[in-house]
Amino acid sequence: MSSGKEISYPNDVKYAASHEWVKVDGDTAIVGISDYAQDALGDIVFVELPTVGMELKAGDAFGVVESVKAASDVYMPIGGAIAATNDALKDAPETVNSDAFGAGWLLKVFPYNAADLDKLMDAATYKSKIESGEIH
Amino acid sequence: MDLKRTPLYDTHRALGAKMVEFGGWEMPVQYQGILDEHRAVRNAAGLFDIDHMGQVRVTGDDALKFLNHLLTANFSDMEINSAKYAVMCYADGTCVDDTFVYRLDNEWMVVVNAGNRDKDNAWIKAQATGFDIELKDVSAEFYMLAFQGPKAEAVLQKLGTFNVADLQYRHAREFSLNGERGIIARTGYTGEDGFELFVPNSQGKHVWDAILDAGKDDGVLPIGLGARDSLRFEAKFALYGHEIDANTTPIEAALGWACDLNKNFVGRDVLLKQKLEGTTKKLVGFEMLERGIARAGYEIASNGNVVGVVTSGMPAPTLEKNIGLGYVPPELAKVGTEFDIIIRGKPTKARVVKTPFYANRARGK
Repeated sequence: MSSGKEISYPNDVKYAASHEWVKVDGDTAIVGISDYAQDALGDIVFVELPTVGMELKAGDAFGVVESVKAASDVYMPIGGAIAATNDALKDAPETVNSDAFGAGWLLKVFPYNAADLDKLMDAATYKSKIESGEIH
Repeated sequence: MDLKRTPLYDTHRALGAKMVEFGGWEMPVQYQGILDEHRAVRNAAGLFDIDHMGQVRVTGDDALKFLNHLLTANFSDMEINSAKYAVMCYADGTCVDDTFVYRLDNEWMVVVNAGNRDKDNAWIKAQATGFDIELKDVSAEFYMLAFQGPKAEAVLQKLGTFNVADLQYRHAREFSLNGERGIIARTGYTGEDGFELFVPNSQGKHVWDAILDAGKDDGVLPIGLGARDSLRFEAKFALYGHEIDANTTPIEAALGWACDLNKNFVGRDVLLKQKLEGTTKKLVGFEMLERGIARAGYEIASNGNVVGVVTSGMPAPTLEKNIGLGYVPPELAKVGTEFDIIIRGKPTKARVVKTPFYANRARGK
């Protein structure tokens, strides 16, 4: 990671104030943490993810992302059943730093509670709230 | 509370630092990343702004006698222009702070931790009754920098200002910059060869910039508090608020080597008793045997019972292992003993290992 790098806020995902993102892919929702979050955490060295099959509500803690310095809980931006977790992060947790919106995804949720999507932010809102310091 | 800033605050921001609160100060936690910075210090060299640390000057006829009373180490045989680590204890043997003491020509300097400055100044003053000494907080006179790593000497030599090629480990010497006095010492808290500089305060930024510039082709990086912590942790140097505090003694913290129990000092009787009769807890280093990272404050359990607590824990960048330090009862302190670290409610196996986790290659020059 590099602190000097411009933080990216892609438009094709929705954001939670706790810095997770959701991307809808048909019946499945893909979940990860935002570029802002990975940059703030620094070098990610460990990711703990839930068991496939668990059902969680929006706002439930589903796992932990750890940097060298600290462990941070991550929360479901959307309710539903855990359909898959990103096993590649076991050996390469730094992928969350290098590709937060792509190969660094954390979960796939199927089925998901579509109504939860309305409570999430679009990229412009998320970005402006971070820049104004309303969320951090 | 308003956070204090060092004069290099803007310089850190311009270098891309993320700032955090530490001991009442707003300090850089990292610039380009803790892992890169950690490795730069192990393999090349890194520059630290440690101006938040406090310096107390002790002068007067009783200076030596006073320091021998105040601190755990014995300073009687110390050479002029040398440095020594010591702990400052309360009467009950627990720790006020840990310090580095510099013996200079006709004066002594005690370097204390940032977050403890006010408390330490008050404590030191309170112990001074009856001693013919003068105490002065000289933190504002000097800008304190650390420059650590195997290439530190070669980079400093390029600058011309400091002649450090023949400076021995744990020794110091004066230099002059812009007509003002500074001190450079071959000391540090990273487990690498390196230096700590007490630069005339007006020259802090000048020296910072000059070192980074002289080292830019050698892989020299500015280093934040994140890597400062991981570096000292691998070398098993105690950090106040973690391994030592007002609930632990230097004997429990495995700092007996820094205590001369043959002289009298504040807290000595308790430490001597512990040394002879043993302690109820002991600081150990451990390595995780199962997936998981121990963190400060996590419980240590044995056979389902909580028996201790983790004081520091993280993935060790040089060792590429998840390791930790923590207090356990003496019967669980032997190398090879297994216990559980409770990570988010889950007992996770760990084993006591030999410390320091990382032993420096070039120390003792």
